Amino acid sequence: MSLLELKDVSMEYNGKVKALEHINLSVEQGDWVAIMGPSGSGKTTLMNIIGCMDTATGGSVVLDGVDITNASRPELMRIRRDKIGMVFQQFHLIPYLTAVENVMVAQYYHSMPDREEAIAALARVGVAERADHLPSQLSGGEQQRVCIARALINYPVLILADEPTGNLDEANQNLVMQIFRELHDEGHTILTVTHSPEVGAAAERCVVIEHGHMKAQ
Amino acid sequence: MWSKYKMFLTMVFYSMLRRKTRLFITLLAVAVGATIISGMVTVYREVPAQMSRAFRAYGANLLVLPSGERTEVSDERLKEIRESLSEYEIVGIAPFLYDTMAVNKQPVIVGGTDFEELQKVSPYWQLEGEYPRAGEKEVLLGAEFAQKLGAKKGSSVTMSAGEGKAVQNYTVSGIVRTGGKEEQLAYVPLAQLQRMTGRKGAVSLAQVSVVADGDRLEEAVAKVAAGTRDVTPQLVKQIAHSEGTVLGKLQALVLLVTIVVLVLTLICVTTTMMAVVTERRKEIGLKKALGADNRDVVLEFLGNGCLLGAFGGVAGTGLGYLFAQSVSLHVFGRGIEFSPMIAAFSLVLSIVITGLASLVPVRIATSVDPAIVLRGE
Ligand SMILES: Nc1ncnc2c1ncn2[C@@H]1O[C@H](COP(=O)(O)OP(=O)(O)O)[C@@H](O)[C@H]1O
Ligand SMILES: [Mg+2]
Repeated sequence: MSLLELKDVSMEYNGKVKALEHINLSVEQGDWVAIMGPSGSGKTTLMNIIGCMDTATGGSVVLDGVDITNASRPELMRIRRDKIGMVFQQFHLIPYLTAVENVMVAQYYHSMPDREEAIAALARVGVAERADHLPSQLSGGEQQRVCIARALINYPVLILADEPTGNLDEANQNLVMQIFRELHDEGHTILTVTHSPEVGAAAERCVVIEHGHMKAQ
Repeated sequence: MWSKYKMFLTMVFYSMLRRKTRLFITLLAVAVGATIISGMVTVYREVPAQMSRAFRAYGANLLVLPSGERTEVSDERLKEIRESLSEYEIVGIAPFLYDTMAVNKQPVIVGGTDFEELQKVSPYWQLEGEYPRAGEKEVLLGAEFAQKLGAKKGSSVTMSAGEGKAVQNYTVSGIVRTGGKEEQLAYVPLAQLQRMTGRKGAVSLAQVSVVADGDRLEEAVAKVAAGTRDVTPQLVKQIAHSEGTVLGKLQALVLLVTIVVLVLTLICVTTTMMAVVTERRKEIGLKKALGADNRDVVLEFLGNGCLLGAFGGVAGTGLGYLFAQSVSLHVFGRGIEFSPMIAAFSLVLSIVITGLASLVPVRIATSVDPAIVLRGE
């Protein structure tokens, strides 16, 4: 059975805007899939549905053996907390907490904060020595690596990254891509949304969406 | 579990501490509210006692008269009055003996009194000159009577208890104005009037000024009635009544101001918390994306609110005490004691108010959609 199985998924906002139509996608354990497409094509909408932040208006979604098609908000919250690790284009680090505290926040909502483990996660992405710095004191690349450490801390079954390199310069983009490559080699399942052909090429498989329709696999 | 509480506190503390301006403004609002509340409550509680004291400047509030057919009682009774009022703060007890005498051959009612006590009981008497000294042959003339005699301060007058009685020379030590019937009289030290009229050890009445109002004053009347022989104590109605009215109005005013300030504080803190929630929408969305449920969000914001309430409350309670202290010193010329009860009350009230003020903003916070974190803005 696939780790993620989308069948004929569609999404309408406010009953009018058709953001997604007839999406079929299956992702196996250990896959690295890149989702590409122009702006406004529905990539983020798809991430929101897979990431249990929103529910599709049509079709079915099964994640890690759980049908989340019609799950309630609290159920979605629990599934998201236990199974998903998210990396954002804008990093979304809490500005008043240090790097390590930002990682611990994810532990806090998941189970128990554990500073040593959080430091180890920062070390894993090469920013352990910045653990006690506030996000404003970190470069964009460092912030994104803290964000990756936070996404990994609760051992998610699926890592979602929406334009993870969108706000980074080339050197930092390469650094972050290197980390994703390593995560993939370790067996993590990764879904990245990207504009960049290089980032798309790094993935095993590329899915292109245009105007809410899937173009190619 | 400890690491979980610690993380909660870290988030609650640093969300404020690492953003100083917002923290400062909110704290200021809470502190000002708490200052006024603790100050006002202190004033509210202290005003009656202070005002009672202030009202004592308007004369006796208790009159002790001979009971039944008697026209005079022994001056031994004065001690008994003082003893029956031992639980009260006595401002003064002025004995009076009244008798008709001839001053420069003019018949006039002369009052014999203890001038030291008289000054305490009736500080409003306006004197031109001095009060008669206890051992000296000195007389104080009411302004109206002095005019009738054509006497001035320093004039010499003759005093006699009546036809055929000894005539003595007295010096006018001063002229008194009170705006009342006292201006038609003359006053000499009590012992001298007793001697001249042959009424040794007698007094006609005593004016008592005691710090008490309302029920406590009624109680004082009963105490004197029970503890002193041959006398009937009476309230001086106008004074006791007007004191009660003024106090009631004053307390109502203070209460009103307190309520208005409470409401203003509530509005101010609510607005600030609303701004905080709006400012932190992304953060709330992120926390939800990381698995925070509504309970977590509510607890964090309430925690923030209560912490603000506690800090602001402590600062405000302290300032409020200083405020009440300075009001009391300036208006009543007398300090007040720090009341732990009021301090605790105003601290708890600050926390409750900020807690309440956080409710609506917290409601808004829980409605934030976690999907906003992916929607780039
Ligand atoms: N919350 C929303 N309400 C209404 N329309 C939305 C909402 N989110 C996205 N859309 C619309 O859905 C379409 C797809 O958007 P999105 O998934 O963000 O595209 P992408 O991430 O590929 O740029 C767009 O037309 C966008 O305007
Ligand atoms: Mg997008």
